[in-house]
Amino acid sequence: MHELSVAHAVVSTVVDALPTPDTRVLQVRLRIGELSGLVPQALEFAYDVAAQGTPLEDAVLVIERSPIVIDCPSCGEQQIASAQDFRCPSCQQPCGNVVGGKEMEIVDITLDDVLVGGVAR
Amino acid sequence: MTTRIVDLRKGVLEKNDLLAQSLRAQFVRANTRVSNWVSSPGSGKTALLEALLTAALAQSVSAAALVGDCATDNDAKRLERSGAPVRQIVTESMCHLEADMIASYLDGWDLDTIDLLVIENVGNLVCPTAYDLGEDTRVALLSVTEGEDKPAKYPQLFHSADVVVITKTDIATAVEWDRLAAMAAIRAVNPTAPIIETSSRTGDGVLELLHMLLAPMPSNPSPQLQEAP
Repeated sequence: MHELSVAHAVVSTVVDALPTPDTRVLQVRLRIGELSGLVPQALEFAYDVAAQGTPLEDAVLVIERSPIVIDCPSCGEQQIASAQDFRCPSCQQPCGNVVGGKEMEIVDITLDDVLVGGVAR
Repeated sequence: MTTRIVDLRKGVLEKNDLLAQSLRAQFVRANTRVSNWVSSPGSGKTALLEALLTAALAQSVSAAALVGDCATDNDAKRLERSGAPVRQIVTESMCHLEADMIASYLDGWDLDTIDLLVIENVGNLVCPTAYDLGEDTRVALLSVTEGEDKPAKYPQLFHSADVVVITKTDIATAVEWDRLAAMAAIRAVNPTAPIIETSSRTGDGVLELLHMLLAPMPSNPSPQLQEAP
């Protein structure tokens, strides 16, 4: 249950990125890999708590899941693997060379531009 | 209402990761080897760590430990019996250690005088996995009293481990430990990490683990090794 720590980190990173402290955030888009250990539902719940009283209070959280991708040295191809068995689905060789699936990234944020700097644009 | 999309492309744990990188640079400068031990509660981390610290001091290796728990300093008291300097990090409700805790609890310790620093994480197989503490070696522990399929249930941790340690092997027969099934489960999610089988009670594997934690880093091979065909 580190989702609450992660949710606080999301809120503080977004707040630091705002052009002005009163900018309202409408949406936050995250990319969360299947190997990140994060449970999306738990993260959504924690986010609601962490966002209270911040410019993100009304922002929708969109979570995109990214699969585990391995770079197989035997057949030289990138493949989607299962979390229980890091084996190349093509050649069946065990492969620990994971190139995707660990993401925990804030992709973008959508801001209410009307309030940027307190001036309508 | 007009809206604007701003690309951030920032790691959620960027602050922790940056601090961990700075800690790692400090450890490398001081020539301090640092391992981060992660396992479930009751897997025998503290008992093994006590045996390891005792063995380290007996070999004139200067070792120290930071130990994380939600409450009590019981583990620190146990580890102090080894004679090594130990600090307890009480996390209260936190289920894992973060890099800023390591930085603050190192305050006052002269890293130049420490060869081996062991960080015992909070007993938890999920949350500590996400947080880089600046360690050079992540150790995942699995006791023979746990299910052999634990690596399949918690692939994130066992995949991220640099070393996998099996504990309590002295009671393996009594608990009908299926060694081959456990090895296969580890290899399915981590084909390359060394696996060390240990018993804190008999001392089996303790020196092997100590030497592995002190061995030259695989990412920094010596020039001779680099020139080898």
